[in-house]
Amino acid sequence: MAKAPSGKLSITLPRDTEILMTRVFDAPRQLVFDVMSKPEFIRRWWGCMDGFTMPVCDVDFRIGGKYRFVGRGPDGNEFGFSGEYKEIVAPSKIVNTEIFDPVPDSPAICSMTLEERDGKTYYANLIKHDSKEARDGHVGSGMEYGAGLGLDMIDELAQGLARVPASSGTHASART
Amino acid sequence: MLAAERLDQTFAALSDPTRRAIVVRLAKGEASVNELLEEAPVPMTQPAISKHLKVLERAGLITRGREAQRRPCRLEVAPLKEATDWLERYREMWERRFQAIDDLLEELKDKESRHGKSTKR
Repeated sequence: MAKAPSGKLSITLPRDTEILMTRVFDAPRQLVFDVMSKPEFIRRWWGCMDGFTMPVCDVDFRIGGKYRFVGRGPDGNEFGFSGEYKEIVAPSKIVNTEIFDPVPDSPAICSMTLEERDGKTYYANLIKHDSKEARDGHVGSGMEYGAGLGLDMIDELAQGLARVPASSGTHASART
Repeated sequence: MLAAERLDQTFAALSDPTRRAIVVRLAKGEASVNELLEEAPVPMTQPAISKHLKVLERAGLITRGREAQRRPCRLEVAPLKEATDWLERYREMWERRFQAIDDLLEELKDKESRHGKSTKR
């Protein structure tokens, strides 16, 4: 049934401290809202990567209510996120804090909005951190290592390298 | 070295815009210090560029040829690829999640239409 062409997802870095994700879903807004807020549905997508499981998915979906998600990777390492619902406007908006376990002192604010046009739902999630370092660490979360890296830097480099023809005489290394 | 340590080292070396420009230049092919100096986007001294090359070499991002005079610099692709792949993995993780959501939405739409509450419009 998966008919989503890849590439519909957009991830941009509007400011030093922000990550913006946008995506279109071919479904009415109410259904997308349910999938984003009901634990029985969250379980189905949050930890869906190969070899990953989701041992904890606790959701108290009301303003001031808390949630906690824990994922377990193929190597057995766990990564946990928790936070509080700050604003809920069904079926168009959810604002919540997000704290990644290893960095409890730097919560992010996630503002998700859903707009429906012609039966499709336009999803936008703006993730705001209090520092650039926290944002760069965020992208590491859920990965096998959480080193804080400069996202703009990688982006710039990846773009620079993309402009170089693949057949140029770079010295391929066997080091992995 | 652990993957995370290696990444840290790569990123420390790449934290400087001049060094990133050198990396992008070397991706087009090997170059001597003089060639790098001539093609530098901003005027640089030889000691300054040599310092940058040493940092890149220590991080394993480049190697230097043996020829005494020219000693061309070459890009080592593997550590660099590890770094750029890393951002790609974040995107992939979300792409997987969103695809799982697509599947789930199809399932829910089917369920709704079977219950007579058609959501088609």
